[in-house]
Formats: sequence, structure tokens, C-alpha cells
Amino acid sequence: MTTIVDLWHHLQAQPALWLCLTLLSYQLGIVVYRKTGYLTVFSPFVIAVAILMTVVISTDTPYDTFFEGAKFVHFLLGPATVALAVPLFDQRRRLAKLWAPIFIGVFVGCATGIVSTILLGALFGASFETIMSLAPKSVTTPIAMGISEKMGGMPEFTAGIVVLTGIAGAMIALPLYKLFRIKKDYIQGFALGVSAHGMGTSRAFQISDKAGAFAGLAMGLAGLVTAFIAPMIAPPLISLLLP
Amino acid sequence: MLLSIALFLLLQLVGEAISYALGLPVPGPVFGMLFLLIGFFVSDTLIEKVRMTASVLLAHLALLFVPAGVGIIRHVDRIQAEWVAIALILVVGTGVTMVVTGLTVQWAAKLLGVDDDDNC
Repeated sequence: MTTIVDLWHHLQAQPALWLCLTLLSYQLGIVVYRKTGYLTVFSPFVIAVAILMTVVISTDTPYDTFFEGAKFVHFLLGPATVALAVPLFDQRRRLAKLWAPIFIGVFVGCATGIVSTILLGALFGASFETIMSLAPKSVTTPIAMGISEKMGGMPEFTAGIVVLTGIAGAMIALPLYKLFRIKKDYIQGFALGVSAHGMGTSRAFQISDKAGAFAGLAMGLAGLVTAFIAPMIAPPLISLLLP
Repeated sequence: MLLSIALFLLLQLVGEAISYALGLPVPGPVFGMLFLLIGFFVSDTLIEKVRMTASVLLAHLALLFVPAGVGIIRHVDRIQAEWVAIALILVVGTGVTMVVTGLTVQWAAKLLGVDDDDNC
């Protein structure tokens, strides 16, 4: 006779269960996000991850079993990254006009993100793997994970860190802009995109549409620039600082 | 739709091949994004052909990060052991990056005499 426990063990091994739960948790997250008036800490991502973590831990499900189902969603990150070319191309006219300050800003900003992570990490005793996983934290997840993996970090750790970075960035942006008198909305948006990727971009859209557009542009450019410069900056700097 | 997805995957694969062959530390899809961008400049009609597929993929971008985000449960020990450095990097590192970026763009725009006017 089939017991309820047998049935659960059978279902637990089905990728469809975890794919279904991933989609449902995210959908629930969208509802909660809307109901709470679009608070960053209750973004669909945060809700979905919290629900799924709770289910995975409380049912003693190995992460690999969960990922067997969730990987179908995860796989789409590659083509989605390619698709970022569309919003980037849409911004080409603004880019043509403001390309010089933007170009300088994105290089300086990306380098600052990488160097500050390594300095703080080395100063406060973080390990090599941790620092390498955190170095690309400011860029959008698919790119950050790829960079992390290439540099000897842990991609799935990076994915979690990227989100925490986005939440931090979205929350500290306005007080910092006030303190340092950064007033132009396109600059506010651009800095959010460089330092806090997609979550910074969604925060920037709350400032103005122009800020949001520049944040999206910044997110794409920062991803590209960081992918090229992080592997040039991080390994030499870290070998200098860590014995 | 099918052709657009195939195109995105093809560009990702070409990027992957280039990254692998040249030993470059750049993820394949990043090259794919660059190639698609170049494609838009070469062909005027391309962007409208792929726009719908791209917006479907990007509409729920955050969903695609969820599986990897759940993966952080495998690193609870690491976070507990190194939480001071991690917390400082997240808040101070991100804040410094944001302010330096903003001030740099502000300074460069002023210095170069280009600034955004409202009809932009």
C-alpha cells in the first residue's frame, strides 16, 4: 500500500514539483509586492527565495534535487542576457550625446566597485573565494555569475550576494544623493544602475522615467565593462593583498 | 518567437566559442549581447523582429535569478563565518561605488560642457 510518505518521496524527486513551486512562489511574490506598495524588501524575488528556502529546508530536500526542476528557469538567463541588447539599443540617441561622461563614469564606477570589495574584504578577513564571489556584485546576475565562476568564486553564492547588493543599493541611494548633492535625475539613475544593477534600475524608475532609462543603460554597460575589467583587476590585486 | 530564441542561443554559443577559444574570462552571453547590438546597427529591421521575444525574457528577469538565489542556503556557514566583511562590502562598498560613479559623471559632464537637457 502506498503511504503518504512514499507519495511525497516520489513527488519530491519530480523536477516538475520544484519548477511549479518556483513559478508559484514568484507569482505570490508579485502579489505581495503589489499589496505592500512596492517595497524593495518585499520584491517578488525576495519573497520567492524566502518561500522556496523555507520549503527546501523544512522538507530536507537537497539543493541539487530542487535545482533539477528550477534549472529550466535558470537556463533562460543566457538568452535573457543576450536580449539586454534591445533596451541598450533603444538608448543609443542619449548615449550618442552623453557618451563621454557616461564612458568615464562607467569605467571609474566599475573599477571602484571591484577595488572597494577587495580592499574591504582583505581588511576584514574575508577568504579568497568570498572576495572573488563578491567582486562582481554590482552587475546583473547572469554576468556576475559568469565573472565569479571565471575568477574562482562561487556563482550561486554570487547570485545571492547580487540580490543583497541590489537591496542595499536601493535603500541607501536617496540619502547618499542628498548628502553628496547629486541632483540630476539622469546621474542618479546612472549611478544606481552601475552600483545596484536591475534592482537599482527599478528604484531609479521611481525617481523618474529618465532616471530609469539611464539606470537600465548603466546596468548593461556596467555588466559589459565589469566582465572585461574584473578579471584584469581582481586577481593581481588580491594576490598582492592576501598572503 | 522560435527564430528569435534560436538567434539568442546561437549568439550565446558563438560568444561561448570565442570566449573558450581565446581563453577570455568573459561569459558567452555577454559576447552574445554585443553581437546582437552590432546586428541592430547593421540591419534596420532586426530589432523589431526580436523585440517581442526580448521583452518576454526581460519582463520577469528577476524570476530567472530565483533558482540561483535559493542556492545561497549552501553558503550559510560562509556567511556566518565572514558576515562582518560581507555586510561591510554590501553596504559601504555599494555606497562608495554609487557616490563615486555619480560624482564622476557629474564632474565629467560639467568639464566637457555636455549636459542633459529636458528634451532628451
